[in-house]
Amino acid sequence: MRKKKIISIIIFPGSNCDRDLMIAVEKNLGIKPDLIWHQTRNIKKTDLIFLPGGFSYGDYLRAGIIATKSPAISEVIRLSKKGTPIVGICNGFQILTECNLLEGALLKNSSQLFKCEDVFLKVVSKNKFTSGYKKNEVVSYPIAHSQGNYFVDDQKLKELEDNEQIIFKYTSKEGVINNSFNPNGSKNNIAGIVNKKKNVLGLMPHPERATDNFSSKDGKIFFKSIYEML
Amino acid sequence: MNEKITGKIIQDHNLTKSEYNLIKKILGRIPNILELGIFSVMWSEHCSYKSTKKWLKTLPTKSKKVICGPGENAGIIDIGGKDAIVFKMESHNHPSFIEPYQGAATGVGGIMRDVFTMGARPIANLNSLRFGDPKNRKTKNLLRGVVKGIGDYGNCVGIPTVGGECFFHESYNNNILVNAMCVGLVDKKKIFYSTAKGIGNPVIYVGSKTGRDGIHGATMASAEFTDDSTNNRPQVQVGDPFMEKLLLESCLELMSHDAIIAIQDMGAAGLTSSSFEMASKGNCGVKLFLEKVPCREESMTPYEMMLSETQERMLLIIKPNKKKLTFKVFKKWGLDAVEIGKLTNTGTMELYMKKKLVGSLPIKPLAESAPEYDRPSKKKNEVTTHKKIGKKNLKRTLIKILSSPNHSSKKWIFQQYDSSVMGDTILSSEKSDAAVIRVHGTQKAVAITCDCNPIYCKSNPKIGAEIAVAESWRNLISTGASPIAITDNLNFGNPEKKEIMYEIKQAIKGIKNACEKLDYPVVSGNVSLYNETNKISIMPTPVIGGVGLIEKLENAKGFKMIENANIFLVGKTKGHLELSLFHQMYNVTQGNPPKVDFQKESENGKFVKTLISKTKGVIGCHDLSEGGIGLCLAELCMSNNMGVKINIPKKFQSNPEKWIFGEDQSRYILIIEEKFDMKKFLNKVVDINKIGIVKGTCLEFTNYFEIPVKNLIKLSNKWFNEYLK
Repeated sequence: MRKKKIISIIIFPGSNCDRDLMIAVEKNLGIKPDLIWHQTRNIKKTDLIFLPGGFSYGDYLRAGIIATKSPAISEVIRLSKKGTPIVGICNGFQILTECNLLEGALLKNSSQLFKCEDVFLKVVSKNKFTSGYKKNEVVSYPIAHSQGNYFVDDQKLKELEDNEQIIFKYTSKEGVINNSFNPNGSKNNIAGIVNKKKNVLGLMPHPERATDNFSSKDGKIFFKSIYEML
Repeated sequence: MNEKITGKIIQDHNLTKSEYNLIKKILGRIPNILELGIFSVMWSEHCSYKSTKKWLKTLPTKSKKVICGPGENAGIIDIGGKDAIVFKMESHNHPSFIEPYQGAATGVGGIMRDVFTMGARPIANLNSLRFGDPKNRKTKNLLRGVVKGIGDYGNCVGIPTVGGECFFHESYNNNILVNAMCVGLVDKKKIFYSTAKGIGNPVIYVGSKTGRDGIHGATMASAEFTDDSTNNRPQVQVGDPFMEKLLLESCLELMSHDAIIAIQDMGAAGLTSSSFEMASKGNCGVKLFLEKVPCREESMTPYEMMLSETQERMLLIIKPNKKKLTFKVFKKWGLDAVEIGKLTNTGTMELYMKKKLVGSLPIKPLAESAPEYDRPSKKKNEVTTHKKIGKKNLKRTLIKILSSPNHSSKKWIFQQYDSSVMGDTILSSEKSDAAVIRVHGTQKAVAITCDCNPIYCKSNPKIGAEIAVAESWRNLISTGASPIAITDNLNFGNPEKKEIMYEIKQAIKGIKNACEKLDYPVVSGNVSLYNETNKISIMPTPVIGGVGLIEKLENAKGFKMIENANIFLVGKTKGHLELSLFHQMYNVTQGNPPKVDFQKESENGKFVKTLISKTKGVIGCHDLSEGGIGLCLAELCMSNNMGVKINIPKKFQSNPEKWIFGEDQSRYILIIEEKFDMKKFLNKVVDINKIGIVKGTCLEFTNYFEIPVKNLIKLSNKWFNEYLK
């Protein structure tokens, strides 16, 4: 039998997808996650850390920026350097770019409006986080954000491409990637990326909201892949 | 503090001479300005319901499933097991017109606090919006601001916004309506009420610091607008959804510790109404030490502190031995919590500022002896003309309806709302007649809707209100739910005018009749009057929010269709066209609304509900309302991107417009599994007829006209996108 693995979810004041994520982890991985309060100065042992969606610290100043000053994030940074897998979803992705664990920045949606809808994503590179999907498979997760417009300069973009760091791109159901299937103006339709070491993943769409019978079930494979990588 | 009370001051506080005399009689002396201010907000229309109380009392409020009816922060119904649902709708009309973003946001915040104050976790928000003519120069900005305000607030707190309505009409040009509804889930054994108890118990203030915002908001909401009303901007409160989220989580955490005796949010009339209402319900007195109230600004006066409507604040009475725990929980969430007073046995509100008594008011007479008026009413002298319109191109009419602001897709609005957070949203906007939300951790679901057709209400407020109730009931039925209870949000003009008072009384009569006939009681509600500017009133708009229970999640139905399924029409079609969309499209706006036969309503509803919950035959369901069969089928086609072939019955072949666009009540469209044998379920009581099948890529009325579904979708998405480009 596998040794019991520890999954942690960091909770900031203003996080609001922590419960959804906790349920998705419990249901799909059979692991009850440790809930880590933002003021925790010492995360002892963990096999993977999630940063959930929401509006940490009310998204004041800029989405995700204040969270980077919290004690728990210092721990996240420390552990990420040691190779611990980190997954940031939505506001979690915003925090990861703000604390420079991931390249680029998440700007206001090009429409300037919050957008909630089911979108299609293409799994453009496979790695540990997406091992359950086929390369270029099209999956459906919901999005719900007002600052998901991914920006990175051209030189960095090339690096991301060359290192296969781009994981998810917004697409049509048939797999066409162009501007009409870009919900927020993200550069090259980018929806999710990893760092160079490929142990930190950030994505705007919500896999935890795509694991139920009445929604898309495509998120289940995301969590299954995570289970496999532990 | 010793300002002399002049006639002008009394008038500025929106009090009449006789009300002022009553104040003097209650006190046995002349009030000081602080006391006068407190009376004025407590006796404002908004807080006291003085023009409507007499009539609201007649509404049915009880049933086997009602746990708590009107009078508390929100109504509560039993949904079986350990679960209960808390819900209410409330208006924020006046502030939203003056400052749309903050007005709408704080409306959402206020109604959520009403719900979580009772121990419930909010699980869904809905909203019912009315704007002026889209061509009016103000409308576009109001629409943008209101929608963004609602979205930003609910999205940040993390409560899904799952449905609602949006309607444009020139009568709302200078008085938009923003009605927000919140639904929460509570453990039946852990409901919190607002009755203060226990002499000597501490009064705790928690949440935002008090500022000068919103002073006299409740009074503003109780007066007509003039052109200068935008000068009231400082009376509009400013919302902070992050603070609300912290309050929500901290209050729910504290509630799990058995520390709270009573709790109430500081909504309209802030510290005044919360402290008076809690004390009045518990028959006790209160001593408040105002210098302890956390203030945002320097040198705030007792008058300002008592009347401020700063948002995101709560007042709690806690067990004395849980004080330490209380402060610890609030500190964890980074909130200001302060003991600002104590309960006494005097029955008096004693307000101290730095040890000096600055106000002393008897609580019961003030809270409960608010004036109650039986205002005169009279039907407007108007002759209803019954105009017929000649033959019209049916296809063009349907296209006209779908391209109209009121009936085109509201995607632009609802995509700005997070509808899937919390992971329990099964069906939301434009996928079903009512939103369907799973009861967390169970296999049950609740269905939620809000409705009103003001065009019907304008012509006949009683029937219009009956239809609003019936329509909400039907919306719940068509998702497979058993309707349980409603909340009502009554929006009208100035009740001091006889014609408006007539509308109010008639509408309440209509609600009463419909609720009694359908065993569908009113458990909470809100009244918004004085929706007038420069003497022009809004159309009567009694919005009904309904809640029902779906016992088994898998039975929840939306607008789903599958190829080759049969399409049945339930209910009798006579072809009522007066006040229909068909007439409106040709600018005929006179006539009578269709009548509701509650016997039929009930029979048809029960038939549909049984068919959905007891058989596997029903794939989808949509009730018929505005736009009749034509619009209903168009919506089904668009929702599935599939076509239908429909046969118009022989009886209507010479006047197909009556069949396609008639708005007769108590009807449903059912999408039935191809192989399902409907014959077994036919009975003599319910009219049920097969009208077509799901097939192809067009909405086709065979031998009349057809429109490709992809064109319907394009047309339906056009108006909002072009208007807001």
